[in-house]
Amino acid sequence: MAGATQDTAIRTGRITRTFIYLVLLLFALFYMLPLYVMLVNSVKPLSEITGGGMMSLPQVWTVEPWIKAWSTAQIGVQPTGLSPYFWNSISMVVPAVAISTILGALNGYVLTKWRFKYDTILFGLMLFACFIPFQIVLIPMAAVLGFLGIAGTTGGLVLVHVVYGLGFTTLYFRNYYAVFPTELVRAAQIDGAGFFQIFWRILLPSSGPIAVVSIIWQFTNIWNDFLFGASFASGDGAPMTVALNNLVQSSTGVKEYNVHFAGAILAALPTLLVYIVAGRYFVRGLMAGSVKG
Amino acid sequence: MAARAEVDFKTRLQNWLPKLVLSPSLALILVFVYGFIFFTVYVSFTDSRILPFVDRSGQPTYTLIGFTNYEKLFSLSHWEIALTNMAVFAGLYIVVCTAIGLMLAIFLDQKIRGEGMLRPLYLYPMALSFIVTGTAWKWFLDPGIGIENIVQSWGWAGFSFDWIKNRDFAIYTVVIAAVWQTSGFVMAMFLAGLRGIDNEILKAAQMDGASNWNLYRRIIIPQLRPAFLSAFVILAHLAIKTFDLVIAMTGGGPGRATELPATFMYSYTFSRNQMGIGAASAVIMLMTIAAIMVPYLYAELREKK
Repeated sequence: MAGATQDTAIRTGRITRTFIYLVLLLFALFYMLPLYVMLVNSVKPLSEITGGGMMSLPQVWTVEPWIKAWSTAQIGVQPTGLSPYFWNSISMVVPAVAISTILGALNGYVLTKWRFKYDTILFGLMLFACFIPFQIVLIPMAAVLGFLGIAGTTGGLVLVHVVYGLGFTTLYFRNYYAVFPTELVRAAQIDGAGFFQIFWRILLPSSGPIAVVSIIWQFTNIWNDFLFGASFASGDGAPMTVALNNLVQSSTGVKEYNVHFAGAILAALPTLLVYIVAGRYFVRGLMAGSVKG
Repeated sequence: MAARAEVDFKTRLQNWLPKLVLSPSLALILVFVYGFIFFTVYVSFTDSRILPFVDRSGQPTYTLIGFTNYEKLFSLSHWEIALTNMAVFAGLYIVVCTAIGLMLAIFLDQKIRGEGMLRPLYLYPMALSFIVTGTAWKWFLDPGIGIENIVQSWGWAGFSFDWIKNRDFAIYTVVIAAVWQTSGFVMAMFLAGLRGIDNEILKAAQMDGASNWNLYRRIIIPQLRPAFLSAFVILAHLAIKTFDLVIAMTGGGPGRATELPATFMYSYTFSRNQMGIGAASAVIMLMTIAAIMVPYLYAELREKK
């Protein structure tokens, strides 16, 4: 990773450069297209969309679709709008992110600074858990959540997301702590510091960058999850993604595209905000964690 | 004596503490991942049809029926469609994402003005839920109000683009949306690789009169091998897991034209009351991913030791 910010030494001619800029610009437009479509059509009356004006700016600007998507649109059988589901997602994401990040930090600490026999195998088992197709756990999970009496609740989803996020948070902290000088830990040990003291006083204060990575990763994944939400909480306890899908797929009445687009942006806002505010710390933190590999 | 016993206890506790701290996470993973995998494999060999593990007549059952579910699974045309779609989707998705990602990374690496603005533009789709992406693409590609209608209203009356409603082409619209979502991320992986290449070698080769094309073909791209490998592993596993995007864009339709193993498993398990077959399809999915991930993770973990 030495010199990670250098550009290439390749020299290019003027025609090549013009071509490169053109391609880069075209792709920028391609990536912006869906966001543009969503934004511009969410502030338009429905008639303008059905009249073939999907790409044009609104002739009449309106916030009606946003209000409708948030508070009165029909989700499933009830005209509640997306707002209750938005709060469902918030109350699911916050504890799930917090718990999985704290556990991941402790696991990473143990796996790098208190190594024991077979720890790499145990870590391998945790790591493989990140990549399983979740279909393989849906059936027993549904049974267990039912048995515990937390099927369809936010608490149940928190449990699910903590379990299946642990592998990733452990991976991040382990890679980050692996390059943290072990001599500091040994020195503190000689001075009589205990297990938690060392973690609290020595490792945690310098864990900012990787905590940001872990929090952003978990937040994005859990907020955007659809499979677990749809499988275990499709009623009143449904998260935002499931509610949005219900809104868009509903087959009753007129298809209100403008309301769908407004709803889609509402569902995208939290993760987009996180990305805009902290995206660059994410990349930087990832780099810091992956110096070794 | 008492003091010594206390010290003993304290050191012993300190020795056990790390393992104690790790054990809850480990227990969770062992039960909820490996225990559950084992359980699903078991269900795939039984005649259970719906939760809580009862047969057609509502009687509890765990009767083992051998490979019957697997035989049934592979005789279903529905599953065959899902597998064919998977091959088409994964192949195109991986190749196109890698090609676009590599091209954008190489182009962005040419001391581009505004790189700081372009990079986040390419990357932001990764932050969105597939349901959001799916909604946007679903209506944009819809012939009634989307691109077909738009181009026609611009005056090209004969223009037609109805892929999302066309059985033979619908799967390609899913590829378009999936590529849109992840190609920027692949770009970032390649860019990190490019920025790690030593410029001195390049300068030396330039002195020797190597052309740009040859520099990339002979020196730079071969050095990106690790990035290619990571990109492949990540894209392959994302492709096999693809579920939300299809649900949001086409719901598996028109007909079954965009059915994938993930949507197949979901509908057989939860809406068709064929849990045994659903479990069998999940096992096949897991084995496919394991075939890709296990060698990769094994190599990664061994290297680090």
